[in-house]
Amino acid sequence: MSVQTFTPRAFHEQAREALGNPQIRANFRSAMDGLMAKRRDSFGDWDLETLRELGASIRLRALARLPDLLERLEANCEANGIRVHWAEDGEHACRLIRELCEARGARSVIKGKSMVTEEMHLNAHLEAAGIQALESDLGEYLVQLNEQTPSHIIMPAIHLNTDEIADVMHDKTGIERTRDVDAMTAAARAQLRERFMAADVGISGVNFAVAETGTLCLVENEGNGRMTTTVPPVHIAVTGLEKVVEHLRDVAPLYSLLTRSATGQHATTYLNMISGPRKAQEHDGPEEVHLVLVDNGRSGIYQDDELLDTLRCIRCGACMNHCPVYTRVGGHSYGTTYPGPIGSILSPHLMGLEDTKDLPTASSLCGACGEVCPVKIPIPDLLVRLRREAVGEGRGNVRGAGAKRSRAELVAWKGWQWLATHPGAWRGGTAIAGKLRALTPSRLGPWTEYRTAPKPAKTTLHTLLKQRRHEEKDA
Amino acid sequence: MTPVKLYPAKPDKVYFFGTCLVDLFFPEAGLDGIRLLEREGIEVIFPEDQTCCGQPAYTSGYQDEARAVAEAQLDLFPEPWPIIVPSGSCGGMMRVHYPDLFADTPREAQAREVAGRVFELTEFLVHVCHLRLDDRGPAEKVAMHTSCSARREMGLADTGPALLGRLAGVELVEQARAAECCGFGGTFAVRHPEVSGAMVEDKSRAIEAAGAQHFVTSDCGCLMNIAGRLEHRKSAVRGEHIASYLWRRTS
Amino acid sequence: MSARERILKRLRERADGPLEAPESEFAVVTGRGWTPEERLARFEHWIASVHGEVVHVSRADWTVRLAEVLRDKGVRRLALGRAHPVAAEARAALADGEVELVDADRDIESWRREQFELVEAGVASSQGGVAETGSLWLWPTPDEPRLLSLVPPIHIAVLDAEAIEDTLFDVMEGQDWAAGMPTNALLISGPSKTADIEQTLAYGVHGPRELIVLLRHP
Repeated sequence: MSVQTFTPRAFHEQAREALGNPQIRANFRSAMDGLMAKRRDSFGDWDLETLRELGASIRLRALARLPDLLERLEANCEANGIRVHWAEDGEHACRLIRELCEARGARSVIKGKSMVTEEMHLNAHLEAAGIQALESDLGEYLVQLNEQTPSHIIMPAIHLNTDEIADVMHDKTGIERTRDVDAMTAAARAQLRERFMAADVGISGVNFAVAETGTLCLVENEGNGRMTTTVPPVHIAVTGLEKVVEHLRDVAPLYSLLTRSATGQHATTYLNMISGPRKAQEHDGPEEVHLVLVDNGRSGIYQDDELLDTLRCIRCGACMNHCPVYTRVGGHSYGTTYPGPIGSILSPHLMGLEDTKDLPTASSLCGACGEVCPVKIPIPDLLVRLRREAVGEGRGNVRGAGAKRSRAELVAWKGWQWLATHPGAWRGGTAIAGKLRALTPSRLGPWTEYRTAPKPAKTTLHTLLKQRRHEEKDA
Repeated sequence: MTPVKLYPAKPDKVYFFGTCLVDLFFPEAGLDGIRLLEREGIEVIFPEDQTCCGQPAYTSGYQDEARAVAEAQLDLFPEPWPIIVPSGSCGGMMRVHYPDLFADTPREAQAREVAGRVFELTEFLVHVCHLRLDDRGPAEKVAMHTSCSARREMGLADTGPALLGRLAGVELVEQARAAECCGFGGTFAVRHPEVSGAMVEDKSRAIEAAGAQHFVTSDCGCLMNIAGRLEHRKSAVRGEHIASYLWRRTS
Repeated sequence: MSARERILKRLRERADGPLEAPESEFAVVTGRGWTPEERLARFEHWIASVHGEVVHVSRADWTVRLAEVLRDKGVRRLALGRAHPVAAEARAALADGEVELVDADRDIESWRREQFELVEAGVASSQGGVAETGSLWLWPTPDEPRLLSLVPPIHIAVLDAEAIEDTLFDVMEGQDWAAGMPTNALLISGPSKTADIEQTLAYGVHGPRELIVLLRHP
């Protein structure tokens, strides 16, 4: 299956194209407006600040004890009958998963929503090995039918409107063309039920992995996650290694923060907590459960006190819902698995700054992302940190650091620095700029495509105040 | 967001940090800010050697250059007087980021001390001066755009609207998505001109749609951006720094 | 060295040194102090807000109401367990009726297609409820397996009013879940739903289209 491809290298072109597409603009604007309003309402009677503090402390505690907790998670999972596997990177994880499938002679895999498997392009890997992988989350299913990738981490098909989805369902699954949402949903239900029954393996993500009890928590509304983890004889759960939490009680506040931040729900339809395969006397559930812990750059992020905060993320998507840039360019423009603000601080570590150097600057630093983050990730500060890494002034802890280094730009900033640290020259220079204001070009590159050119004032504030002092003296 | 700040009693003297955008493009706004403070009986000291807070380089990733420029400002405020900044963006830089910028340097304590004295102009007028305004202007509908730095970094979503609320003839109208960024973002407007352009277009349309005859803001970056957009498409709506607007209507 | 050892080594030998773990203050997710009436009202409000239907019944004659619900919904084939008192009472009450009772306590492999295609409703017990979110909690058993609350188009949940607690945190702590989790524990709030088609809500996308809670009062 050929998949529509976007790349972070082409952010500018992709963003320009999205901005010029009224349908995309309208789809995202209305969806994000709705999600922002729902989130706001859902926290109405809660002490949100205190809850966010709690969420942040839970994630920070888990990260502070990460290696110990991963070992504890492994031991408790194994004791529960869940086999634990460790993967260095996406390719390694794909190989492990493929081998688990092959060991069962699997031909057909059904998938629950999992961004980490998107990150490692698992579907393509399995298909190359002759194993068909079908997405079962409705949004993911539609996106897969449409030969695309998700444009949002919670709502994968948010870029498509009802008419476009009606076309996809008709063209790709052969149902009679309808734009009735219930009818399309019912058709997908019927199609996917067959696939659940036929699947040899179910692959899911994980929202929280509880070290204390060896429990895998999945948060969802549709029930496809429960189907995926219950119906096929094998369940493989895949997670980034940062998703571990210490105690079961830690799940309660994180779950609340996740559902309210993501979609403004006080709870999702299902919180599915899995602590083992089917026991001898049980009548359903998978015979085998595997957990694949994926590093893929995360242990690198972990090394740095500031960057570490990136790993607090619980993948709610609130930062993209509230991002004025994401709202306008949509998810695909970023060309990364994780779009929006969280993607711009995470993707450089996963893909390197050479490919992603334009993402940390794709923000006005308005701070809306940090303001809504349920675990208080200082996203704007991390964007600035990655800008420093990109121009080679950081600590060099990020792959591809210095990828955006430019001699000309550095010289310009050095010149600015000289001027701004020589007050006499600064006053002289700004005064001259005022005198020459008539010569200010009316076209200033891209700025004046949208706005009039700013003209220096005739007299600077420095000069105005000096004049005023003289007048006072004279008077 | 910064925690709730305890405000001092009204002082006899304050420093005024004009910011580079005011100095070069909107000097009247700076002067009007000073006039508002002086009318409250406060002596305003304008350190002659001030240039720029360093934020443009800081947000562009050039921290060394930003620190050098910021360092040149630190010595300008030797007395323990409040430092008034007519911009949430520069104020946020000085109050929130100076301590981090100078962490583990010999200037750390000084940077913290200076940061603790920084007030955004509208914040100072509301919380320290308890400003009363005697409105002499005509009845008018006005929209306020509070900059993202003032709103989120400094936690000052309410001070600008509070001041406008004290003008008897002014009806404050709220534009749709008032809290959304106007798309300026310093070098963002240059690095991502199309996205920035789309954002300022939406912002300027929202201000018009709210029925505003005029809009004010407390940040000259947003002013340059939004007013530039309105002027570019020959809108009747004009923008102004809030200091100028307040002074104009009450003097 | 294995991948496991390499990853753990990198995490343990962290460049910026060991991290300090902050304490967590859980007061915000507990201590609601609601009266039984308030608790019940919240439970009903929130589960109704997500399309869950609450039917108040008395413990003495709840099976009468169950039969009415089945008739109203046109259910002809009902899956249920056998040993749990809820299942046993339902079986006794429905034994002579027109509804076909389908045994849920069988290996799924022997009746998968029947469950997926023919069963119209499943009735199952719920261990408890959460007032704050309008949720049910279930620990499926061999008698009432996992899929009983998922595959049939209607999920009828039987819940005792006094088993409702204030918050999820209260349930987890109060029942000491951490002392021993079952293979599968579920928190259920409403029927299966999706908003993946242009934010339009649709029910029953994979799981039940309807959730009916028979809320039993003493």
